[in-house]
Amino acid sequence: MAAFTMPDEAVRWIEATIARYPDRQAAMLPVLWAVQREKGWISPDAMVWVGDRLGCSASAVQAVVRFYTMFDEAPVGRWKLQVCRTLSCELMGARAIVDRIREQLGIEPGETTPDGEFTLQEVECLASCGTAPMLQCNFKFYENLTPERIDALLEELRARTPDPDDVEPVIYERPDAEAYHAMFPRAIEPAAGAREGEVA
Amino acid sequence: MQRGLDRPGESHVLEAYEAAGGYRAIRKALGMSPEAIIEEVKKSGLRGRGGAGFPTGTKWSFIPRDSDKPRYLLCNSDESEPGTFKDRWLLENDPHLVLEGMMVAAVAIGSHLMFNYFRGEFTYPLARWRAAVEEAYRKGYLGKGIFGSDYDLELVTHYGAGAYIAGEETGMLESLEGKKAFPRNKPPFPAVEGLFRSPTLINNTETLATVPWIVENGADSYVQYGTEKSRGTKLWSCSGPIGRPGVYELEMGYDLMEFLEGDLGGMMEGVELKGIIPGGSSVPVLTPEECRGAKLDYEGLRERGSLVGSGGFIVIGDNMSAVDCLLNLAHFYAHESCGQCTPCREGCGWIEQLVQKILDGRGTQADLETILRVSDLMAGKTICALADAMAWPAVAFIKKYPQEFAALCAEPVDMNELTAAVGRHDHILPRAS
Ligand SMILES: Cc1cc2nc3c(=O)[nH]c(=O)nc-3n(C[C@H](O)[C@H](O)[C@H](O)COP(=O)(O)O)c2cc1C
Ligand code: SF4
Ligand code: FES
Repeated sequence: MAAFTMPDEAVRWIEATIARYPDRQAAMLPVLWAVQREKGWISPDAMVWVGDRLGCSASAVQAVVRFYTMFDEAPVGRWKLQVCRTLSCELMGARAIVDRIREQLGIEPGETTPDGEFTLQEVECLASCGTAPMLQCNFKFYENLTPERIDALLEELRARTPDPDDVEPVIYERPDAEAYHAMFPRAIEPAAGAREGEVA
Repeated sequence: MQRGLDRPGESHVLEAYEAAGGYRAIRKALGMSPEAIIEEVKKSGLRGRGGAGFPTGTKWSFIPRDSDKPRYLLCNSDESEPGTFKDRWLLENDPHLVLEGMMVAAVAIGSHLMFNYFRGEFTYPLARWRAAVEEAYRKGYLGKGIFGSDYDLELVTHYGAGAYIAGEETGMLESLEGKKAFPRNKPPFPAVEGLFRSPTLINNTETLATVPWIVENGADSYVQYGTEKSRGTKLWSCSGPIGRPGVYELEMGYDLMEFLEGDLGGMMEGVELKGIIPGGSSVPVLTPEECRGAKLDYEGLRERGSLVGSGGFIVIGDNMSAVDCLLNLAHFYAHESCGQCTPCREGCGWIEQLVQKILDGRGTQADLETILRVSDLMAGKTICALADAMAWPAVAFIKKYPQEFAALCAEPVDMNELTAAVGRHDHILPRAS
């Protein structure tokens, strides 16, 4: 346990945050966020530390960490690419976005590149459905994506350093009909056939 | 109902908000009795914009005034219903409007501590919100004696960490108490026993953002908009292969097809309309025939067998099969079920597996009937409405696009029998009351 420490400034922030709530444990999520922001992930030692601060057991902390999808129990890549896969995004080409990242990075959703640069995940609706398809990269949204924009983005990210305060979304111009259809090559024959009443 | 929008790029700043008449409603409310504020909101006919559509003023009146426990106000900015992005829009562009609505609600129920719960992914809306809250504290609009009155009002901004179910109101209470977001059995209702067992009013971001206009201009003005039973306006988050997606504020009762073909710029070139999910992924899909003549309001959509829900208007084109759509949603609900209730935990996963099987070309008529039966066993039989939110799309997609499902099955499907099976289970879908 002694191994885990947080910088003084973070501890001060944490104590001030706890004081704003009627109950210490209520500060669980902000405190876990502070830890993940500092360390990149939440280790078992960190859970003990957080439990001590909040007056609850490490297992209670672990249950919370496991329940919420944004907390990482293991280190992730420098850039965490979370592509929305939910309906509005799939309707606008999300599969083409995931496919392009898979091809470019040689990893499947849930995996991290061997050099530790990128983690790829598929996530659920991020409230950017009108500017779909989209992804969240660390703390920033990229919206109205196309496979070409993915190529440029990956290149740009390799050269950049993550900044947790950089949160303003990048909203590209909406892909036109041609760019849209290029992302949507999937066959639809069964449905078309069905509409013509070709089934028994 | 929005303000400061004639100052694009600045609408989130306090000065722009006040220049457009902001923070008049809370000043007025501080001079009114709590009962009078609640009465005004009741008279406006405002209904919750978070999904369930519960009358807002009535909910406010459930908060007991005689309890010696503190009363809390909780704004639900978790916005996670697929297809919905209007709360994000409000928080980014008009945070002071949301804040003012929260203040009015707090004063009406006698709360001195309010919370705004953001979904964890909302880093940018959160940054805008924090800046707005700081401005308000600096001006004395929050803190001790707000607006020079003797009313103290504090605010805590909270944020989640990725869980759709934290948007369900009692799941949110658990989450805010630092636990897994497991929805609670009701009763007791949050109004009586909510956050830290104290009376808690939970309203959606958009609901609260509508309140300042009502209090400032009066319920009589608000009811001039909309229809007899669906008052005022509503935000619609529009997505899919359409000309102009985005957030639109519409008067209740607006014609659906006029909206699609006019304001939204119709379908994208080369795509035909297959259907529309009008109120977020949880509500039943409408076919083009059902869309024609439909009115965008509570009764209008119910009459067509769907709901206003959160106003997530998802337009589906003919380039995606209904089976793919249902698989996408089943994956979502299976992933997001908190697992407390057996019918929901097992049902969502089962439906996902069966739809996948059909999509893989291995499905049968029996599988389709199983999906219908499982949906029937889920709806209305669990702690929260997530199970219904899976059951409705499942039954609706099979009912409305049976040919697409049948065409993918490994063996020929008897359409008459499938129709009969739908008829045995579609009583779970919303209908005109
Ligand atoms: C599974 C589930 C998810 C929900 N998610 C949200 C949400 O993200 N935002 C929201 O405001 N309401 C959500 N709700 C509805 C809330 O439970 C609650 O009805 C609402 O916040 C009340 O506010 P209102 O009366 O102003 O609509 C959800 C409900 C369910 C069953
Ligand atoms: S219905 Fe589903 S999501 Fe809701 S409490 Fe039960 S298991 Fe959890
Ligand atoms: S469906 Fe992808 S952001 Fe909503």
